Amino acid sequence: MSGCPFGHTGDAADVERSGEPNDVVKSREASDGGAAAAAGSGTARMSRRGLLSLAGVGGAGAVAGLAAGFLGHDAVTANAASASVPTAAEAVVPFFGDHQAGITTPAQDRLHMAAFDVTTEDRKELIKLLKDWTAAAQAMAAGDPTGKTGAVDGPYDAPPEDTGEALDLAASKLTLTFGFGAGLFEKDGKVRFGLDGRRPEALIDLPHFPGDDLQPGRTGGDIVVQACADDPQVAVHAIRNLARIGFGKVRVRWSQLGFGRTSSTSRAQVTPRNLFGFKDGTNNLKVEDNALLDEHVWVAPGGPASEQWMAGGSYLVARRIQMHIEIWDRTSLREQEGLIGRTKGAGAPLSGGDEFTTPDFAMAGRNGEPLIPMDSHMRLAHPDQNNGVRMLRRGYNFTDGSDGLGHLDAGLFFIAFVKDPRTHYVPMQLALAKGDTLSVEYLKHTGSGLFAVPPGVQAGGYIGEGLFP
Amino acid sequence: MPVSPKLRKTLAVIGAAAAVPLVLAGCTDNTKTTAAADGPIQVSSTASECKVSASTAPSGNLTFAVKNEGTEVTEFYLLAEDGLRILGEVENIGPGITRNLVVTAPAGKYNTACKPGMQGDGIRASFEVTESGNKPSVDADFQKLLDTGTQQYAAYVKDQTEQLVTGTKAFADAFAAGDAAKARDLYAATRMHWERIEPVAESFGDLDPKLDAREADLEPGQEWTGWHRAEKDLFPPTGYTAMTAAERTAISKQLVADTEDLATRTRTVELTADKLGNGAKELLDEVATGKVTGEEEIWSHTDIWDFQANVDGARIAFESLKPALEQKDAELSKSLDDKFAALQAELKKHAKGDGFTYYNELSPEQVQGLASLVDSLGEPLSKLTSAVVL
Repeated sequence: MSGCPFGHTGDAADVERSGEPNDVVKSREASDGGAAAAAGSGTARMSRRGLLSLAGVGGAGAVAGLAAGFLGHDAVTANAASASVPTAAEAVVPFFGDHQAGITTPAQDRLHMAAFDVTTEDRKELIKLLKDWTAAAQAMAAGDPTGKTGAVDGPYDAPPEDTGEALDLAASKLTLTFGFGAGLFEKDGKVRFGLDGRRPEALIDLPHFPGDDLQPGRTGGDIVVQACADDPQVAVHAIRNLARIGFGKVRVRWSQLGFGRTSSTSRAQVTPRNLFGFKDGTNNLKVEDNALLDEHVWVAPGGPASEQWMAGGSYLVARRIQMHIEIWDRTSLREQEGLIGRTKGAGAPLSGGDEFTTPDFAMAGRNGEPLIPMDSHMRLAHPDQNNGVRMLRRGYNFTDGSDGLGHLDAGLFFIAFVKDPRTHYVPMQLALAKGDTLSVEYLKHTGSGLFAVPPGVQAGGYIGEGLFP
Repeated sequence: MPVSPKLRKTLAVIGAAAAVPLVLAGCTDNTKTTAAADGPIQVSSTASECKVSASTAPSGNLTFAVKNEGTEVTEFYLLAEDGLRILGEVENIGPGITRNLVVTAPAGKYNTACKPGMQGDGIRASFEVTESGNKPSVDADFQKLLDTGTQQYAAYVKDQTEQLVTGTKAFADAFAAGDAAKARDLYAATRMHWERIEPVAESFGDLDPKLDAREADLEPGQEWTGWHRAEKDLFPPTGYTAMTAAERTAISKQLVADTEDLATRTRTVELTADKLGNGAKELLDEVATGKVTGEEEIWSHTDIWDFQANVDGARIAFESLKPALEQKDAELSKSLDDKFAALQAELKKHAKGDGFTYYNELSPEQVQGLASLVDSLGEPLSKLTSAVVL
């Protein structure tokens, strides 16, 4: 299940292809070698994954043994890992495409997201950073280490270019998705990097929502990077190496790990559960919903000239939502299901049917009260209650240690991609913050960010280049 | 309390219109094991049939797993032999959905009934509970115990609202007159009457935000009134612009009017045992999320007053149900007694004069000590409702 977002023009055939399982074993060589070579490290090194794939497909021992003779550390890696048959986790999601990967890509299992403050004020330095990041991101997505010499092939007296902790790990469907916060365009009333008039209208300052308890250290940021992978170490490796490349130009403002996806973005995936124990994202937009993606997720061409660079892009809303899970756990099943509007087991709407049955908001029970309560989360968040707007959600469960009072600091790191947050996020969140008892009693938003996600990169290009003509 | 509609949901249940017969509450608790040896008794409800997988069961806790295989909303009842008295029911089962009814039944003859479409007498069949030796220790006066407890609690609510109205008037007079010292003095003590009955007070979704919204709870453009508006003026943060005399007068008038409105409306609230049990649990939730974290009173730091009041309210609700609980689950009753006492003992350590230590004067260890006891009590307290209404 590689990404659908690449070269994704909305035709059905393309979508079908992306859902096929035949890309399970892909190495850089096998999948997008040409593209990779164009913007990658440019060396003839074997990728850290290439051998794994070969070893898995052919006679493992023989190939690995052969490789060991020629290829030093990579071969050792392969040898060690070749005992197991490669799995779907080794799939590579192509980095290049019309849209960035990591949006409609079937949601991977793990997240590491980081927001950076840009510390330089030099436009050239910023562009150089974006180019360096593009090259590194492309390499890591393909399963390669960063830099020309990777983790162990450089000079003995120099620190290795790549940090090395992903050496013997598969590509794990790593995607790296970049977005720009308002602070990249202007800060403290001053325009930055010559981007006068380029801040898109939709890149608003989010309003204060009732109950918000945002911590500055978990909020905002000039550039965000979403790293998703099926292996957490691969995701962390990616963020760590990008941060390292950025020293002197950017600094990490906040970073967030997510240990389990809470949305499915493809009908081929089962709906996962959040930390309240309920299925989450049943009604999410899916990669198969082409027309809806154009309607609700992708920024259309044809806006103002100053915003043309966003055509094919999207807006990323990030909210760190702490859950009062201990309190929730003391709540009766009756109350839990009423707050959500669905059954806990099957995830069916309380109006009946199974998980994917369309909810009947009018169906009434005793005393004429609707079976799906008026203040239930599902009702208030449903497109029917929100002018038909949809979001593509890509959130993750998290725990960040404890709260100091004997509880887990846990919750849902909400991520959504929308065409315009003014119509597709703010009204719904305002309604939830006011009227959704689940939100009011059991959730607390402690971090927030809104970012303009530029369209995808083509071979030879770099992230956000449309902003820097 | 922190947030406007907070607790409204469960508490909204307390609103008279939504009142539900006592016997219902907690019926869907499917975490208890049934005394029937072979798991739940399966019930299939369709437009024309009410299939029950067994016609007899040994006495004790019975679990019926009721699946709606029809196309309309259905209900399921276990009725006494007379076909009138309801031992347990589960309602609002949407098509395709299964919901459990757990009910305690002594040996005897009963009737089962499905009510597809929620109309008529339902599709009935006879059902027999045989003597298992596992005799429920509940006597016939059990319902009376619940009723008495509910009445006691209603009297408590009445008393607290009366004191709240009196106290609020005194506070409002001082605040409007610009007597900040006196108003500060009355602030926390008066609010305790509100905090003791918070679940009831918050069940009025329009009044709660007017009376108790914190600044962070407001949406852009929303007018801010009530206790916390006054709090900020009385305990101003640096850079705060004080209210004018006219503004204080307006806030005071509104506070008194809304409180009187609240008092009037609480008179007609219909209380039931499950609402008492849930209300007690929610008061502890409030302590855990708002008071023990110091988020309720961010300017006055009088969170421990609210803390004590929430615990008072929870304890009164528990004690109102205690005679009934002792019959159902004496062990739980004892555990709650012990844990309320332990928390109270810890709170007492922070008493100072007529009030308490300010939250920002507590050490992290002291806060952790309180939080731990709150969790220790909150966990068994969450079992109170299902224990008494099962």
